[in-house]
Amino acid sequence: MKVHVTINGVNYEKDVEPRTLLAYFLREDCGLTGTHVGCDTSSCGCCVVVMDGSRAVKSCSMFAVQADGHEILTVEGLAANGKLHALQQGFWDQHGLQCGYCTPGMLLTSYALLKHQPNPSEADIREGLAGNLCRCTGYQNIVKAVQQAAGTLGQPAVSNA
Amino acid sequence: MRYCEQEVGDVIPAAFDYLRPHTTDEAFAQLQQYGSEARVLAGGQSLIPAMRFRLARPAILVDINSLTELANLRISDHMLAVGAIARDSDIERAPWIGERRWSLIHDASRVVADPVVRQMGTVVGSLCHNDPSGDWTAVALASRARVVIRGKAGIRRVPIDDFLVDSFATAVGDGEMALGAEFPVPDDRTAGSYQKVERKVGDFATAAAAVQVSLNADGTIRAAGVALSAAGACAVRVNAAEQLLTGQKPSAELIRATSNAAWERSAPQADLRGTVEFKKHLAGALVARGLRQALARLGVQA
Repeated sequence: MKVHVTINGVNYEKDVEPRTLLAYFLREDCGLTGTHVGCDTSSCGCCVVVMDGSRAVKSCSMFAVQADGHEILTVEGLAANGKLHALQQGFWDQHGLQCGYCTPGMLLTSYALLKHQPNPSEADIREGLAGNLCRCTGYQNIVKAVQQAAGTLGQPAVSNA
Repeated sequence: MRYCEQEVGDVIPAAFDYLRPHTTDEAFAQLQQYGSEARVLAGGQSLIPAMRFRLARPAILVDINSLTELANLRISDHMLAVGAIARDSDIERAPWIGERRWSLIHDASRVVADPVVRQMGTVVGSLCHNDPSGDWTAVALASRARVVIRGKAGIRRVPIDDFLVDSFATAVGDGEMALGAEFPVPDDRTAGSYQKVERKVGDFATAAAAVQVSLNADGTIRAAGVALSAAGACAVRVNAAEQLLTGQKPSAELIRATSNAAWERSAPQADLRGTVEFKKHLAGALVARGLRQALARLGVQA
């Protein structure tokens, strides 16, 4: 089946089997291996991507054909013009990762969270990330990273003019 | 990889044909055409993992996610109408969800699966999946909800007690389609509580209790809904508890009696989440806790 998916602003037109899961479509058909597959059964949150701007979805539990006609944001699409996204910068500054395996999912879940709650409390962040597992950090620095990003994104944009 | 697949089974679903109707009429026609071969794909958060484990092997999936007319979450005529593709997160974020009368549904909307799964998962899909440990089934029982089903003879509204037939089986027949669920709008002297014990966020309930209480002006209980999840083949209503509560003034003794009724009604299966004895104990304890919280929300200490 033919699908047209806009991923990180780029149009992809591919022929896929209906049973192809979105995570594998991204990784194997589109070469976007930043989306990781952890548990493969919707428990761990490693594979989270954002659909249509603000909805976090586990790409291991959605078929690629369901993304037909939709916009997908993966970790590869976060940085713009060589500049890290505020969330990526937050994870860097606050040491929000160790091995990094869960990080793409953490970033994209946080991205959707901040779209719905631009000023989340610490509890909001912890609850919002409850579907994403990390076995390295103990979560503390991940929460700090998201707090930093919320602060950065909340600042009025600096004009380049 | 091959070794792994042979040992634990594939985690890629069996092949199927994919249909994406653009109207409810088209979806219904497809379901009628393919009957038992077809399954509806709504949020997919239970169905897709089940397909990955080959516990489900539908030949045809009818994806209803494009049917925006079924995405509604609307209050009218004393009913909250939840369309077949309204997401759990839509409920969680609804502007009215903070009102006391909706506290049972509000509580539940925050503990179903995990926050990411809730952005895809649907209330109606969960009811249709009818997992013995699901959350919305118990909530629907305590709220006295009904499910709107389209069949050959037209549209019918099935009370939730008749809708939940057996584990993973409902009143939706082959070729039929659940269009939505309807929850009666509780009066403003109503509060509820959803109490769930889970091993980790995102797990199914080890035990759970859904409670809703409406008071008369004199402080006696006008109506009560009490239901359990993970307490049998599917979620169960604790009739005895509802009868005990109705017409009575809340008291510690009444809560104890209600809790005992829940303990008696609970008929769970032992599994990795706990023994029968443990789960029955939880059923009683969670009903008591839920009642106390619902009453506290109404300003009554008992």
